[in-house]
Amino acid sequence: MAEPSIDQIEKVITDSLVTFGADPEAISRDAELEALDVDSLDLAELSQIIEEQFGVELTSNDVAEIKTVGDAIDMVAGRAK
Amino acid sequence: MNEVVVTGVGAVTPLGVGAATLHERWAAGVCGIADGEGRCREFVASDHFSVKEARRADRFAQLVLLASREALADAGWADELPYDSTRIGAIIGTGIGGIGTIEANERTLIEQGPKLVSPLAVPLMMGNAGAAAVSMRHGLRGPSYGVVSACAAGTHAIGSAMRAIQCGDATAVVAGGTEAALTPLSRAAFVAVDALSPTGISRPFDVRRDGFVMGEGAGVLVLENGETARSRGAKILAIVRGYGATSDAHHITAPPANGEGAARAISRALEDAEITPAQLVYVNAHGTSTPINDRAETAAIKTALGERAYTIPISSTKSAIGHLLGAAGAVEAIATILALRNRVIPPTLGLEQPDPELDLDYVPQSSRRLEVEDGQLLAALSNSFGFGGHNAVLCLEAT
Repeated sequence: MAEPSIDQIEKVITDSLVTFGADPEAISRDAELEALDVDSLDLAELSQIIEEQFGVELTSNDVAEIKTVGDAIDMVAGRAK
Repeated sequence: MNEVVVTGVGAVTPLGVGAATLHERWAAGVCGIADGEGRCREFVASDHFSVKEARRADRFAQLVLLASREALADAGWADELPYDSTRIGAIIGTGIGGIGTIEANERTLIEQGPKLVSPLAVPLMMGNAGAAAVSMRHGLRGPSYGVVSACAAGTHAIGSAMRAIQCGDATAVVAGGTEAALTPLSRAAFVAVDALSPTGISRPFDVRRDGFVMGEGAGVLVLENGETARSRGAKILAIVRGYGATSDAHHITAPPANGEGAARAISRALEDAEITPAQLVYVNAHGTSTPINDRAETAAIKTALGERAYTIPISSTKSAIGHLLGAAGAVEAIATILALRNRVIPPTLGLEQPDPELDLDYVPQSSRRLEVEDGQLLAALSNSFGFGGHNAVLCLEAT
């Protein structure tokens, strides 16, 4: 699998959050997941999508460290190398 | 024991969204069944729920959430709960639970493998998801759980809620039933057990009846301790006078021909209500339109009501909306209360050729005015019987 670009990762994560019901206008790198009403079940779904799209496996411990949208993008980008 | 009253009702049915809509359309002779099924065609999830709310609830939980919203508003609870939230429960019956979610995830499992089965599968498919959704949506922190007894679940839920209030476990309970099982597996399974009507016509007590028509929907009643409801000035729609629950211990899908267990449930409900058959003015029958139910239920009514069986008006809501399985009892309890309050007995639709063996007054085809004398009790029965031999009957009095 070719290394995904930051833009690709950002798009997949943003699209997923919108699918989960987050307000598209409120999504930014600095936006906190809690403020977007993203909870542990959403993050479990996001982990599935990330693994399917980029082959990056995120454990529940990894996911617990994610506080903002930017954290999620950076974590996936760091693991996808 | 505490008196239990109904202060609010809500329903989503194949006749539309709203309890009043159910009563008005059924009384007008409208049938909500199309293409052999009772689908809630007027229910569109996005009209009522955010994206997140809708994704977090299987259709069976969505239906009961909407019905609960109506019931709470009807009870005057829309802005604020009238009691400490730890004193309010939620008891919601279902026959099957989130079968649409189960089927979708089964497809994912087979086609894409176990890793893509949704983390939402369990919270959406579990049979208690309706009760959980109602509890969480309205912040009800007293006893909450699901009730599972096939086609009697809605009635058992109301009966259980009644008991919880009577004995003081709760001051109020949001009770009801919900079902959304119009799915390929459930359809095929009910066909396999020879329960569904091959003609797709619901005509209880008609000689041509050939099975039930499956429907979906939800019914919710707000039940309160009568004393606290009155002291808060609540509008009292009805009193839950009696409840009878029995089992056939006979066969997993068939009642005994004499309806013995059903008759005991009716008698027990009357005894609990301290009402005689002569005082009843209406029976809302289980009336599924299967050959065996309608025969056994007729026998049960005769056994339990004696001579009164031959004069009392009896009708089947399933003739207008199909069989809502675990939601049926709750929706039919609401239909019963509204029939009494409006003094209109809605009809058994589709009953054109009476079965010569079934000789009671099933109010065929068109509504009938309920004539009552001043001071007469407005009391009725609502019958529910489920696969497994579960029988549950409510005695309801309109105020």
